[in-house]
Amino acid sequence: MTRLTLATAAAASLLSSAAFAETEITWWHAMGGALGETVNQIATDFNASQDEYKITPVFKGTYEETLTAGIAAFRAGEQPNIMQVFDAGAATVIGAKGATVPVQDLLEDNGIAFNIEDYISGVRYFYADSDGKMIGMPFNSSSPVMYYNVDALEKAGVTPPKTWEEFQSVTAPALKEAGYTALSQSHLPWIFTENFMSRHNLPFATNNNGYDGTDTKILVNNDAIKAHFTAVTEWQKDGYFEWFGTGWGDNQTPFEEGKVAIWLGSSGSFGGLSKKDLPFKFSATYLPYWEAVTKEPKQTFIGGAALFAMAGKSAEENKATAAFFKFLTSPETQYYWHKETGYVPITEAAYELAKKDGHYDRMPAAEIGIKQLSLPAGENTKGYRMGFYVQIRDVMNREYGRILTGETSVEDAFKKIEEESNQLLARFGKTQS
Amino acid sequence: MKRAGFTTTWLPILLLLPQLSIIAIFFYWPAAHALHSSFYLQDPFGFGSTFVGLDNYSDLLGNTEYRRIAWFTVIFTVLVTFLSLSLALLLAVKADKVIRGARSYRTLLMWVYAVAPPVAGFIGLIMFNQSWGPLTRLIESFGHEFLLGVNYNDTAFAMVLVSVWKQVPVNFIFFLSGLQSIPKSVREAALIDNPSASGRFWDVIFPLLAPTGFFLLIINITYALFDTFGVVDTLVKGEPGNNPMTLVYKVYVDGFRGNDLGGSSAQSVVLMVLVLALTVFQFRLVERRIHYT
Repeated sequence: MTRLTLATAAAASLLSSAAFAETEITWWHAMGGALGETVNQIATDFNASQDEYKITPVFKGTYEETLTAGIAAFRAGEQPNIMQVFDAGAATVIGAKGATVPVQDLLEDNGIAFNIEDYISGVRYFYADSDGKMIGMPFNSSSPVMYYNVDALEKAGVTPPKTWEEFQSVTAPALKEAGYTALSQSHLPWIFTENFMSRHNLPFATNNNGYDGTDTKILVNNDAIKAHFTAVTEWQKDGYFEWFGTGWGDNQTPFEEGKVAIWLGSSGSFGGLSKKDLPFKFSATYLPYWEAVTKEPKQTFIGGAALFAMAGKSAEENKATAAFFKFLTSPETQYYWHKETGYVPITEAAYELAKKDGHYDRMPAAEIGIKQLSLPAGENTKGYRMGFYVQIRDVMNREYGRILTGETSVEDAFKKIEEESNQLLARFGKTQS
Repeated sequence: MKRAGFTTTWLPILLLLPQLSIIAIFFYWPAAHALHSSFYLQDPFGFGSTFVGLDNYSDLLGNTEYRRIAWFTVIFTVLVTFLSLSLALLLAVKADKVIRGARSYRTLLMWVYAVAPPVAGFIGLIMFNQSWGPLTRLIESFGHEFLLGVNYNDTAFAMVLVSVWKQVPVNFIFFLSGLQSIPKSVREAALIDNPSASGRFWDVIFPLLAPTGFFLLIINITYALFDTFGVVDTLVKGEPGNNPMTLVYKVYVDGFRGNDLGGSSAQSVVLMVLVLALTVFQFRLVERRIHYT
């Protein structure tokens, strides 16, 4: 009798453990604060939506720290299933073939339909290889847009500028007259360099912006961008532009305080700004362009980061990762993410859902990021792929800072950026043998 | 009397083993690894790797920015060491003379010691905030627009100030105990010989403090070179831009942020050599002139 009970109990426990054998996967990300809470909510929702898989998100610090932690973990064989890697780290993680499972293969191998055309045009190829195969799943995609203080512009009697020509001849003088610093921006390499190139459809690097090889040379030392930076220094002298340092927040704060009327930031800043209860009405529009450079401005690059499925995991776990990616790219999840954070929805379907739900009727400015990413594409707008790009950005930040503090000239700065970037690219090329 | 000693050879080795293994695991092994990596350029994930000989070193020494950072590090180290030692000595000499409430006065001076470098840096960020920092306001009243994070020299000033502020209490504690260990009879004898207080200080007290001072000199140079990392990182908010930085911070920027393992290994080797040279210099040249009692 006792023996029978024991056997039954054993059988029952076996059965129950089989029923609850969830495949557990981990996700390392760099989303702190309110963004992190949204990430946790998505993970909770995924876990609640089915009982086969369980995902655990882990916050690993800044983008750089997350990438470094992921690399160290990979070398120790302890990598997470999913790692978030930012735009500047794309060349590093995509270059290391064997470190990740291309997301397109992962989905297709696990019987999940994949069509790159489902994704909005601006996000399709940034994290793809040179053949157009998607390697990383775009996650928090944003683009630099122009935020403006509606009250300030009304007071000055101007509309948000479409071109930089309009800005310097009409908008900025009027805003100065009205007692504002016209412009600040939060990321000179991202907004005034990378996206300057895509907005004006200028090549950023040789080898098809770096996608086709590692013997790439940067094409940053060109007349269009030098003219832009020369103009920026003139705006600075005239009191139209102010630079508050390399940090992101230092340049955003004066806009929030109402001192600066126009701020160039990320479309992903929208969620944060709307929650801040600013003392003025704000809105957003497209990044201006130089009419002297192009009459047909193009879409911009995506910023933010993508999710990479790390290699060396069991088929079971990869299946779980694929299931999570499917959940993540579903219109509902994307719309939730978009609504909460301001990052763009990455699929057309999610975009449609947001439109249908009236999100943009309530907040027209929330649509700017995705609209800008859906502008006509050019041959130079799909993205860029350059190794040691984190250091290249550091070099840009350093030289731009020196331009804006009068330590160097625009001409010398760009010569130096070109020279040091090409050295870094050559060094990176040697790591990829 | 017979000297005490071990009768077997394995026992002392056994007793030394924990210490030796710690040094081997946490110093020699990583140092050898850094030396090895410095001759390669390798893919961060560990897939590809190319032997480049001394290229990492020649790239480094040929880089004007690296030389500029090295030069800044030298100036920074000299300033931080000199200022924190001299301020601490001044405070210690004055505190030594206080009779009423001496204990609470001393405790107050030591408090800052408990502040961690990143916290010290953070306090610096608040004090020098561009729009409302009290120190920014104070400097503004002297007619200088202080711009932390924008102006190279202003950021350098803030780095030195915060680093010195953080280090003074350590030096203060040591100098004070050094002063208190000077026998009263010596001081009284000096008083008879020399009526000038500053004369007595330089002729008698200062030389007697020299062993403490030498020890602190080494500690402070090491502090300025390495332990100020947290202060630097916080003050530049993780984005060096056009701000000054120290050599150690540069290793971090290239190695940990940029994943350039070969380049940052070469930088660490350069630092190791620097520290080695410094140590040899200090013990060979300076210590000879110092007499311990």
